[in-house]
Amino acid sequence: MLAYAFRRVLSAIPIALIAVTACFFILRLAPGGPFDGERALPPTVLANLRAHYNLDQPLINQYFIYIWRLLHGDLGPSMVIDGFNVSQLIAIGFPFTLTMALTAFVIATAIGMLAGMVAAVYQNKWPDYVLVLAVMIGVLIPNFLMAALLQLWFGVYLRWFPAGGWVNGSWWHLVLPVTVLAWPHAGRISRLMRGSMIEVLGTNYVRTARSKGLGERLVLARHAIKPALLPVVSYLGPGLSYLLTGSLAVEQIFGLPGIGKYFVTAALNRDYGVVLGTTILYMFIILALNLIVDLVYAWLDPKVRYR
Amino acid sequence: MSKVLEVNDLSVTFALRNSEVRAVNDLSFTLEAGETLAVVGESGSGKSQAFLSIMGLLARNGRTTGTAMMGDINLVGMRTSQLDHIRGKDIAMIFQDPMTSLNPSLRVKTQLSEVLVKHRGFDKDKATRAAVEMLERVGIPEPAKRANAYPHEMSGGMRQRVMIAMALLCQPKILIADEPTTALDVTVQAQMLDLFKSLTDDFGTSLVLITHDLGVVAGVADRMMVMYGGRAVEKGNVNELFYDPRHPYTLGLLHSTPHIAHRAARLDPIKGLPPSLEHLPKGCSFNPRCDFCFDRCLEERPPLMPLAGGREKACFYEGPLQTRKVA
Repeated sequence: MLAYAFRRVLSAIPIALIAVTACFFILRLAPGGPFDGERALPPTVLANLRAHYNLDQPLINQYFIYIWRLLHGDLGPSMVIDGFNVSQLIAIGFPFTLTMALTAFVIATAIGMLAGMVAAVYQNKWPDYVLVLAVMIGVLIPNFLMAALLQLWFGVYLRWFPAGGWVNGSWWHLVLPVTVLAWPHAGRISRLMRGSMIEVLGTNYVRTARSKGLGERLVLARHAIKPALLPVVSYLGPGLSYLLTGSLAVEQIFGLPGIGKYFVTAALNRDYGVVLGTTILYMFIILALNLIVDLVYAWLDPKVRYR
Repeated sequence: MSKVLEVNDLSVTFALRNSEVRAVNDLSFTLEAGETLAVVGESGSGKSQAFLSIMGLLARNGRTTGTAMMGDINLVGMRTSQLDHIRGKDIAMIFQDPMTSLNPSLRVKTQLSEVLVKHRGFDKDKATRAAVEMLERVGIPEPAKRANAYPHEMSGGMRQRVMIAMALLCQPKILIADEPTTALDVTVQAQMLDLFKSLTDDFGTSLVLITHDLGVVAGVADRMMVMYGGRAVEKGNVNELFYDPRHPYTLGLLHSTPHIAHRAARLDPIKGLPPSLEHLPKGCSFNPRCDFCFDRCLEERPPLMPLAGGREKACFYEGPLQTRKVA
């Protein structure tokens, strides 16, 4: 198991390098630059700025300078927000984003798995239909529309929750954004769980477990859930990364102080350092998530360990 | 001898989208203590479904009527929670495909010991020790080590041994083996049958052997029940049925089996195909494929009629069977 984990970590290194390289060059393909404003800067000022951020050098040199700094843990300065470097901006915004996304993730995964199991056990009976309907709503309505609807209904009409904004430490303000994030995730999880659970409940080994008189509860808990989790677990990694990226938009809609604010403005301003830094951060999170998923997978399905 | 299982008028129906299929029709038989009963028939004859229904393991759309008495307990229509005190303990089942019948994500010892934890109230350690002993008993080398293995680390024969060990942990009164050797190599098949025989003898367990392999029947069974189209068509002692079959279908089965002693140029299979259960012919279900069919068979379904020596057959034809068919 440990050797397997080590192999998986090693294989992540080239993937990370390729991703960083691709991001770096694709970002430069976009027209404009960090210092193109509505009012053009004097040429000498512009030249000094470009020299300061190494933008006057050939692109390939800039790339190696960036990689060299990156290897030393330096994500570089923000080219637009004066006096802040990228790491500082991430340190300010990311904890909030991560907290919100993880909260949504944990809640949605738990609800999704439970709902999927219930729907599978009561296949084609009313609990199944009710859950499928709830899931469809979450998956079909895009998050910006869902956000607006929830804001309007629960924030403005019913006044149960604040429609937006942030007061430090107030969980109350997180209820609506977390709901918007969690609903589609829970929906997708429950659909996967329902499908795989129905499949597992029809397998020969579940029939064997029933023939042993274990009782339906133990049959489900011990014999059906673990194998049924396989497709769900393989979705959790990508699922959390959807939540993290989705939270960028949701933060914007609800006016929350996460990293989304910096990322969106940085992208518009061509603040190369911030966009790259955030992208690299997300890349590492996704790689780490996939690694964790693979390890959980190996635990769930012993056959995987030997491949 | 005492009866351990008495089945009366057992019927199994499956609800389809807008119709109903009868897989088993008014099946009645008894199982004596310690005996081996072979249930023989082609695919779709209802032999597996009959016993799955007794075990409460039918597919969701299946429904069972009739009675299956173990002592004074009727297994048919029993609530699952009640049935779970009986199956795995007093009546156990082994399935055809050992490759898919064990849970791939659980260690062998877990799948064995849980039976004892549930039915005998053993704690985990005691149950695991008993499980290892049972693995040794079914001939698994290094049982303590193999108990920690996952099913995919074992061969088909080994897995079927594990299945046997699992079924016999509580020394059940009845063991139902549904084509236990079909998925195995021929060399392993014989070992497996010996194992069945010796273990069920040791435990005094009655064995129901569901099979289409008459070689298997000849080797281990005491009595035999031949099924066709969801009904029993002939019952009796194995030797008598083999040497003096009274139902044309039994005869056909015997002729379809290759025999080393009189090696014919061609086998003599039963003509035609097994009937679709949705469209059983009028009269005797076997009539389209029968060489001895006459007008009464087309109109009337032959009931199971007692013969001398405790045998039974469901056929109107009274003449000699052998002479007409084979030279």
